[in-house]
Amino acid sequence: MADENKKFDRRNFLKDGLWGGCLAALGMVAGSAARKHKRTDLVWQIDPYTCVACGNCATHCVLEESAVKCVQLFEICGYCDFCPGYFEPGANVLEPGAENELCPTGAIIRKFIEEPYYEYTIDETLCIGCAKCVKGCAAFGNGSFFLQIRHDRCLNCNECSIAAACPSGAFRRVPADQPYLLKKVDHA
Amino acid sequence: MIRSNRIIIGTAFLFISCTLAWGVERFPPPDFEGGYAMPSPATPHARQTIYEYIDVAVLFIALGLASYLVLKRRSRRSIFALMIFSILYFGFWRRGCVCAVGSLQNIVLSIFDAEYVVPTTVAAFFLLPLVFTLFFGRTFCAAVCPLGAVQDLVNRRPVKVPEWAENGLRLLAYVYLAAAVLFAATGSAFIVCRYDPFISIFRLSGSLNILILGGCILLIGVFVGRPYCRFLCPYGVILRHLSRLSKWHATITPDECIQCRLCEDACPFGSIKKPTMKWPEKEYHVAKKRLALLLLVLPVLIFLGGWAGSGIKAVTARAHDTVRLAERISLEEAGEVEGTTDASSAFRATGKEISALYEEASNIRTRFGLGGWFFGGFIGLVIGLKLIGLSVWRQRKEYETDKASCLACGRCFEYCPREHLRRKEIEEASEKL
Repeated sequence: MADENKKFDRRNFLKDGLWGGCLAALGMVAGSAARKHKRTDLVWQIDPYTCVACGNCATHCVLEESAVKCVQLFEICGYCDFCPGYFEPGANVLEPGAENELCPTGAIIRKFIEEPYYEYTIDETLCIGCAKCVKGCAAFGNGSFFLQIRHDRCLNCNECSIAAACPSGAFRRVPADQPYLLKKVDHA
Repeated sequence: MIRSNRIIIGTAFLFISCTLAWGVERFPPPDFEGGYAMPSPATPHARQTIYEYIDVAVLFIALGLASYLVLKRRSRRSIFALMIFSILYFGFWRRGCVCAVGSLQNIVLSIFDAEYVVPTTVAAFFLLPLVFTLFFGRTFCAAVCPLGAVQDLVNRRPVKVPEWAENGLRLLAYVYLAAAVLFAATGSAFIVCRYDPFISIFRLSGSLNILILGGCILLIGVFVGRPYCRFLCPYGVILRHLSRLSKWHATITPDECIQCRLCEDACPFGSIKKPTMKWPEKEYHVAKKRLALLLLVLPVLIFLGGWAGSGIKAVTARAHDTVRLAERISLEEAGEVEGTTDASSAFRATGKEISALYEEASNIRTRFGLGGWFFGGFIGLVIGLKLIGLSVWRQRKEYETDKASCLACGRCFEYCPREHLRRKEIEEASEKL
């Protein structure tokens, strides 16, 4: 390389100084990043207590089928016969069927447990994260249905498209080793 | 119990307003008698951190390999192969996230937001290409960046962009960089990610608008070499200037320039600079005066830019959610609009004070005002320095690559007869063995 017989003049001296300065600046960035060190990556998650179930999650995800799905926290669920997250408000027969169900894809499975309790489970392959059930359950039930980003699907975009469209600011970054913000169970 | 449930719900329909009330346990948890085991919700893992470190390792190896191929091996074909690998790995496999271009915003956000911490891998994606550029030039752009590689592949019918257009269009990248920093620093948005033109292609899904944008840039890219890299990429701006200082850099000829002019039109990015004579006597005096004038104008440009940048704070601040919300609420309060939006009803449901929201929004506007001074001042500085740069005559004796804009793609190597000689020598040497 030509560097061996490089002239030692003002131009090269300045250039070398600048070069060293840039390297030092990059070192400083690295240092400050290391000082506020975080080993785990950050991933997006929805705070269920801030979410307003607007339905943007179903449509704004960059994935064809949203990475946001409804979660059923059984410990909060009232196992109601007339589940306000499962049935249309005006449903007159408490039986499965598109005319009675809120869920547009029929993703909630209703199973009889014992008198008078029914178990409601989400079929994640069908759920589109539209939050219709979330809204019903929150308004008239215990709020055991809520939306969460499913990390087996989420691409963890640097800027989450749904977060940008979220009207209540419910999206935030959480450590990847604790990637869920489930509701707290409080049977007081 | 069935009855009572229905009655409760019936009354709920009648009396409870439709605002959502969270965490209200209306129905007690049931006591199961039949030994029912309560399932717990599945919580699939996030992508494991080890894979993130593997990405960093792949980035490091790819950068090292790119530098080797550009500087030592001097083989366009191998650089091309590495490009394909980068598109497949960083593009389609990693779905284009996180990339070095976007990581810029994470770094800026972490500087201005004490709560946000850059993950080690993101910091590595930001720093590694910069460090490599300080040593070897823009080898990251050459073959590692999937955004660059995908444009390089489509560049089949290169046309020359006139120098004045090149210099003018390049300003866009500086504006984009300044805007990306402004919006990231204020915690408003990551615009580089939001308007990343190729992300929809890499993810094979996404918004139609971005897909159209990406398609258009690729279409332009068939004729104009790497339009995003040259005229828009904000990370490229940093790389440009670090590359100027690089210890080693790709050269057209492996040893000496014989002024054969064969490489003159080899570069689709206009990075090959022709030899120039001494400054003509007649122009010299005019140019000297112009330079003196431009040096005086520079501070004025910086001030004007800053003043304008700060003046548009009412507009730029709207990028921030809180400001948009405050404006909406104030319109609703004034009765100028009817109804509510999702955001305004969500805010009202929280029961927070409207005045607190207004105050927060006004604080953010102030931040945008201050940021606007830097934003506009920076653009003024760039314009001023560009003008000064154009008024300075650089004497060159040979055909050289412009270290700043050279993307180290390796196209020019095989245009050089000295390179053919070198390859022949290597071939003969290997035959002897």
